[in-house]
Amino acid sequence: MALPPYASPVERLWFWTFRLLCGLVLLFLITPVLVIIPLSFSSGSFLTYPLPGVSLRWYAAIFDTSGPWLAALKNSLIVAPLATLLAMVLGTLAAVGLNRADFPGKGMLLALLISPMVVPLVIVAVGMYFFFAQVGLLNSYTGLVLAHTVLGVPFVVITVNATLQGFDFNQVRAGASLGASPLRVFFTVVLPQIVPGVVSGGLFAFATSFDEVVVALFIASPTERTLPIQMFSGIRENISPAIAAMATILILLSTLLLVTMELLRRRSERLKGSVE
Amino acid sequence: MTRSAASTPPARPAGNLRAQLRRAERMRKLRAVALVAPLALFLVIVFVVPIGSMLWRSVDNSELASVMPQTAAALQQWDGTGLPDEAAMAAFAAELRDSRRGGGLGRIGRRLNYEDTGYRGLLMRTLRGLPAAGESIDDWTTALTEIDAAWGETATWLGIQRTAPPTTDRYMLASLDLERGADGEIQRVDAGDRLYQAVFQRTMVIAGGVTLICLALGFPLAYLLATLPAKTSNLLMILVLLPFWTSLLVRTAAWIILLQSNGLANQSLMALGLIESPLQLVFNRIGVFFAMVHILLPFMVLPLYSVMKGISPSYQRAAVSLGAHPFAAFWQVYVPQTVSGVAAGTILVFIMALGYYITPALVGGPADQMVSYYVAYYTNTTNNWGMAAALGSILLVVTLLLYLVYHRLVNRRQLIRR
Repeated sequence: MALPPYASPVERLWFWTFRLLCGLVLLFLITPVLVIIPLSFSSGSFLTYPLPGVSLRWYAAIFDTSGPWLAALKNSLIVAPLATLLAMVLGTLAAVGLNRADFPGKGMLLALLISPMVVPLVIVAVGMYFFFAQVGLLNSYTGLVLAHTVLGVPFVVITVNATLQGFDFNQVRAGASLGASPLRVFFTVVLPQIVPGVVSGGLFAFATSFDEVVVALFIASPTERTLPIQMFSGIRENISPAIAAMATILILLSTLLLVTMELLRRRSERLKGSVE
Repeated sequence: MTRSAASTPPARPAGNLRAQLRRAERMRKLRAVALVAPLALFLVIVFVVPIGSMLWRSVDNSELASVMPQTAAALQQWDGTGLPDEAAMAAFAAELRDSRRGGGLGRIGRRLNYEDTGYRGLLMRTLRGLPAAGESIDDWTTALTEIDAAWGETATWLGIQRTAPPTTDRYMLASLDLERGADGEIQRVDAGDRLYQAVFQRTMVIAGGVTLICLALGFPLAYLLATLPAKTSNLLMILVLLPFWTSLLVRTAAWIILLQSNGLANQSLMALGLIESPLQLVFNRIGVFFAMVHILLPFMVLPLYSVMKGISPSYQRAAVSLGAHPFAAFWQVYVPQTVSGVAAGTILVFIMALGYYITPALVGGPADQMVSYYVAYYTNTTNNWGMAAALGSILLVVTLLLYLVYHRLVNRRQLIRR
């Protein structure tokens, strides 16, 4: 959309106004993420500019072994990987099944598998709160892992489903006709080709669990307090630079996720390109 | 399954082969279903059934029937004139005495108080005044009326009668600001008590406003990203994707910090001389809009971008070369091709905004809380589960209907492609 050399002054004006507007929107998107980082290095206790001085005291506060942050981080690091793993296994199996054959009610089934992504979180939270209270899973790690698996699984189903669209199931037949067991066919023929989908679905599921407040607020006790709950109550009660420090660490994590996703996308695009 | 077909001797009659093929096909389908089954079962148990039974609470009226089964049965027989008969009175007195055990009294007290706030106190007073369990009473009507005159009034018993059937529509009606009058007709509640209409209106206004702002900001941005050379647009895309991947709580906290009275936004406005004293930008509607638009904007930009990426620029150029004004070419040729992206992004953002709870709770004031907040409030604070479920089911039905529309419009894959 470069400006042609014969553009009229009005077109020129519009061209640059348009770019300026888009620049402002991008600024709006990125400013909050960037503004919070320097505040985490403040030596004062207020979240305002200019900084009174530079220090790492808030990082020390976060990584204080007797403080609430480290315990919350530990809980999230227990729950999120387990939920992700469970979501990846269940989601991948289901997506493979959905693409393996046509059967009646397939559309409905897919809608069911995606639905946790659509239902408002507070409804999921209240429903699970009553259910877990009945079956004795309230205030337990197991309950939290199961809940976060539910919320993460649609992402795995969607991404694996998408990678399977280009998958030729004749390869499975070839493998089977050569005498490989279904399990062997899955691990040596199917899985290597759909791994980008599985991993990116897993990353979505991990990010979901690592950032989930509503359901956790309802079904977890202070013992299972996850990082997002700690962030939530911190923001609500007393917003201090410790929040900025934790936020900076989380931004670092999201950058890492973003880069991984981008690499996966490039890889799968390269694979697609080499086939066509 | 292919193996078994391959190992069979080839010299079989054709009909048999067809049967075998059918069997192999059936096996394949069964296997496919078996792969989906674990997840489907898991979701039904941990997700569908819990939500279903939660929604059931919006019509559930079993409190009286479970604590006082005989009274409930007797009152359902009663024609509603005069007073219930002696047998009903006796059953009521006996069951009231037993209701102290196992928290039954608390349950019916809470339920009856929704009918009239005096019932809990009346039950407590009556329980204290009841004669000892062994004493035989000939006339319970007199005995109860002596304890409290309210038992001699038809209205008292009518109120209890309303809680006797197994289901009720009172919560659903109440969440629409309706109620049943004394004659059973549905009517609007008094103007001063109309609470939820305002809540739903507010939810719609916030979700709709956020969606429109996202469209206004997201459309030009997606257009720019889709038309720039790949190298530049990939670089700029990072500015969209980094916030997208950043924790919702981090972004909410960032907006509180930015918009607070001595935050960067107010500091810059004052430095520019635009304002004299700091504006109140957070813990009100402005803060809610800023934070929600920021969080949901990527969900608008990404589907728009993926649609626009597939639109060839030739059509627009052709229109211009045929003499169309560039704006006319854009509006009449380009924009119509983006409709599916606009629809997808708009519905997606609107659906997500409808259910928002955390962000308004943190950056909004009391007058900016949406439906989700009230569902949580009734569950946690007042234990009025019927109301929580009724408001929740309305929210869920609206969301699912919109999702159905969304599903018709786009392939599910587009949600998180890129």
